[in-house]
Amino acid sequence: MLTALVLLPALGAVLTALVPGARAAKLTAIAASLATLALTVVVALQLDSGGPLYQMSEQVTWIAPLGLSWSLGLSGISLALVALTAVATPIVLGAMWNEVDAGGRSVKAYYALVLTLQAMVIGAFLATDVLLFYILFEAMLIPMYFLIGVYGGDKRQYAAMKFLLYNLLGGLLMLAAVIGLYLQSPAGERTFALADLVALDIDSTTQGWLFLGFMVAFAIKAPLWPVHTWLPDAATEAPPSQAAYLSGVVDKVGTFGMVALVLPLFPDATQTFAPVVVTLAVISVLYGGLLAIGQTDIKRIIAYSSISHFGVIVLGIFALTSQGTAGSTFYMVSHGLSTAALFIVAGFMIARRGSRQLADFGGMQKPAPILSGMLLLAGLSGLAMPGLSTFVSEFLVLVGTFSRYQVAAALATIGIILAALYILIMYQRTMTGPVTPQTENTPDARGREVVVVAPLFVLLIGLGVAPAVMLDPIDTATRQTLEQVGVSDPEPVFARGEE
Amino acid sequence: MVVMQDITTPTVDVLAILPIVVTLGAAVLAVLVDAFAPAPRRMLVNASISALALATALVWSITRISADPVVAFNGAVTIDGPGLFAQAAIALFALLSVGLYTERRLDPSGDPFTPAGSVMPGSETERVLTLKRVQQTEVYGLTLFASGGMMVFVVSSDLLTMFVALEVLSLPLYLLSSLARRRRLLSQEAGMKYFLLGAFASAFFLYGAALVYGATGSLNLGAIDAGISSRVGVDTMLLVGMGMLAVGLLFKISAVPFQFWTPDVYQGAPTPVTGFMAAATKTAAVVALMRVFYVGLGGLVEDWTVLLWVIAAVTMLLGSVLALTQTDVKRMLAYSSIAHAGFLLVGIVAADSQGTGAVLFYLLAYGIATVGAFAVVTLVRDAGGEATHLSAWAGLGRRSPLTASVFSLFLLSFAGIPLTSGFIGKLTVFSAAFDAGQWALVLVALVASAIAAFFYVRVIVLMFFSDPADSSASVGVPGTGTTAVITASAALTVLLGVVPGPVLELASLASEFVR
Repeated sequence: MLTALVLLPALGAVLTALVPGARAAKLTAIAASLATLALTVVVALQLDSGGPLYQMSEQVTWIAPLGLSWSLGLSGISLALVALTAVATPIVLGAMWNEVDAGGRSVKAYYALVLTLQAMVIGAFLATDVLLFYILFEAMLIPMYFLIGVYGGDKRQYAAMKFLLYNLLGGLLMLAAVIGLYLQSPAGERTFALADLVALDIDSTTQGWLFLGFMVAFAIKAPLWPVHTWLPDAATEAPPSQAAYLSGVVDKVGTFGMVALVLPLFPDATQTFAPVVVTLAVISVLYGGLLAIGQTDIKRIIAYSSISHFGVIVLGIFALTSQGTAGSTFYMVSHGLSTAALFIVAGFMIARRGSRQLADFGGMQKPAPILSGMLLLAGLSGLAMPGLSTFVSEFLVLVGTFSRYQVAAALATIGIILAALYILIMYQRTMTGPVTPQTENTPDARGREVVVVAPLFVLLIGLGVAPAVMLDPIDTATRQTLEQVGVSDPEPVFARGEE
Repeated sequence: MVVMQDITTPTVDVLAILPIVVTLGAAVLAVLVDAFAPAPRRMLVNASISALALATALVWSITRISADPVVAFNGAVTIDGPGLFAQAAIALFALLSVGLYTERRLDPSGDPFTPAGSVMPGSETERVLTLKRVQQTEVYGLTLFASGGMMVFVVSSDLLTMFVALEVLSLPLYLLSSLARRRRLLSQEAGMKYFLLGAFASAFFLYGAALVYGATGSLNLGAIDAGISSRVGVDTMLLVGMGMLAVGLLFKISAVPFQFWTPDVYQGAPTPVTGFMAAATKTAAVVALMRVFYVGLGGLVEDWTVLLWVIAAVTMLLGSVLALTQTDVKRMLAYSSIAHAGFLLVGIVAADSQGTGAVLFYLLAYGIATVGAFAVVTLVRDAGGEATHLSAWAGLGRRSPLTASVFSLFLLSFAGIPLTSGFIGKLTVFSAAFDAGQWALVLVALVASAIAAFFYVRVIVLMFFSDPADSSASVGVPGTGTTAVITASAALTVLLGVVPGPVLELASLASEFVR
């Protein structure tokens, strides 16, 4: 069942590459991604909320001499992220409908690459074998690399190279840590199986080094300050729908790895290094927010806002409280939806004006009210407006963090104010103001564009009103994870004061 | 008065060395075909003989891996797992290369080799011979002789046999290097340079063997080991001998600081020959190096681990860094081959059977991708023959997506990206070294891998993300041989990356040297 979730998009990629004609390829790709979405719903209904952390596990020996097996398992955390991927993929495929038609680049390859990427990302979310996770984690760089490098903007070569080198370097460090971890398992029965490795009792020093190897890779992927610099370039140069997919979905593998691998595998090191990571996360929140305010390029604004939001996610994870960690996981989904919406709507705007600069827009509210409404709603989700799911998640993270790191939580709250600033500045400069000659004839959002973005808004609002649907399975899973780490929530600060 | 010793006649076990017998026999046959067969048929006959012999050697070696090891010819050769695995790999690489030799469609004036190696480049005679479409077929015989030498090299268990094998494998390679059809001067220079430096390295090896003989009283590896264990104190003669043996062998592996010949020779030699040299010579020399050090000099393990540790680190870093600056695709692959020599040494430093198995797998994975990569190089051509300057490769992905994709596959395998054979090779080598406590060297290797990834990926950027230059070359339509070789190499590279299980098991079965 879980294997089918990986194989379905992979099969779709092959079919997309084989069918004749660009239009048929597009339709095949969309069909494959919708089938994956349907299968995800079926899988989701089978998750038993009271059951063990990993359910519906599947295991097939893959490379016996290495101890590698194709083993997948579904937890509440992975379900949330698989669902995000399954929802985002058809949307992204729809959003890029006209994106590649110009320039004589292969449309089929474009669609096939996205589906390949989806298969690898879903595989990484489901993997319960550390080497399998690593293989998918690394392999997914290649399709993403081509998506940026072949289909991107003017500086795509530089952006693609920077993206690949950063992530490859992180990946190599992680490889060393994966090997080191593997050698911790008892000789004769060496294994990469997550469950067996979690059960090991690794001494603190070794844990520290292995933690470092994994965390650097995930911090680059996430991305966390100070190893974030590839994201603004990659997201700006990538086609808008790929920027949406990259920072909305693919980068979540990094934060997912922190929750699903780092925490349970290295409990001691996690607790030792948590203050350091929390500090970096707070810096990311503020730094990303401040830089977003200073940008003049729409895609760069969204990219820096993502860095700020990734800071919030990492903050919540390493607060090591049930609210913080669950909130972070929920935020991964909410942020995925919100960033995807922002990048896709920005893509529509850029396609109309042929420019990414704020200065080239202005007054688009009048000629294009629907488009402007979409940008406003996407923007509000970015600044965590109450009623939207981003608000619920950000709130949980901050509350969860506050009970352990008051100062960090207080500083991170400033991030929300910064978000209000850069989002509203962007909206104001592009949509309000006098109608300029360049923008007065801007066509409004059309059928396909509305249909593509609508599901994102429905989900953002739906999960904002009824977060429990997704938050409950996440909460069950994160509590079990925190038990493995061996931390319990601190006493509420003020309750202690009153006694 | 001379005291007569009893001479024990060596037991001749032909079956044990069947791959060698078949390969060298076919080599002799190929020479006879050159002399007596009518010219138009020579190529077909020679290619068939070579393919048949090499395929026999390949299959025989693989089937014998699980059999008991054999010590034959009075201890001159030891047919054990690593030797057989290496023989199989060498036979496979030679087989693939022979497929490339048969190419006659790419070059408008004939095959990839000169019509007459001894004629002055650019002379009237050469022009006439080219016009008459004269084609020589001695490359087949020479390749078979070289392969036969390599097959002896990897199983020889005394230093004298090893030296003879070294010469048997080297001399044909010197000749092969200078037989390119285009850029004759460069090719002749390559052959000359390889010969002079190679002869120098052989002399080192021979002197090293003499010193080790002086220190231990034997040339047989087992007896040398016994001699070392019974010695008292530090023996300078022995250490110098060890160092000189290492020089001879590291030269063939192209490890730093004995790598100077590699870029020039790889660039000048005919491309199909470059592929063969890069893959097969490295395999032969690596296995011979392991045999000499593990079996013969096992008692000096502390000394040579330090030596090889340093050489491995320097080789990886220097190879990767210098590859960054290359503008010629063959020279870039040469530096990449140097870097890979370093990665292989990481596995050798592990000095246990896990390391040996990992190195054997790595050799196979690297060799297949190397032959494949050089095969793709033969396709990209302009008016002057192969267009090896990287600028000519710009935008190749737009014009010939398939060729560019296959070349990218080989590059990704070299870079060690998952789902290619190179990843499994790196993973096994690094974990063996890590397990042997060499984690510092593994970290160096990771840094080098990151640098190396940069220049492999740079070529992909050039092919796919750049716009085609006006002067850039076109991709020729290859004949059956080249197409088959590229297809097979690409398929094996993916196969060894996705389902490496059986081969890994074979390598691990073959990982014990017999003392």
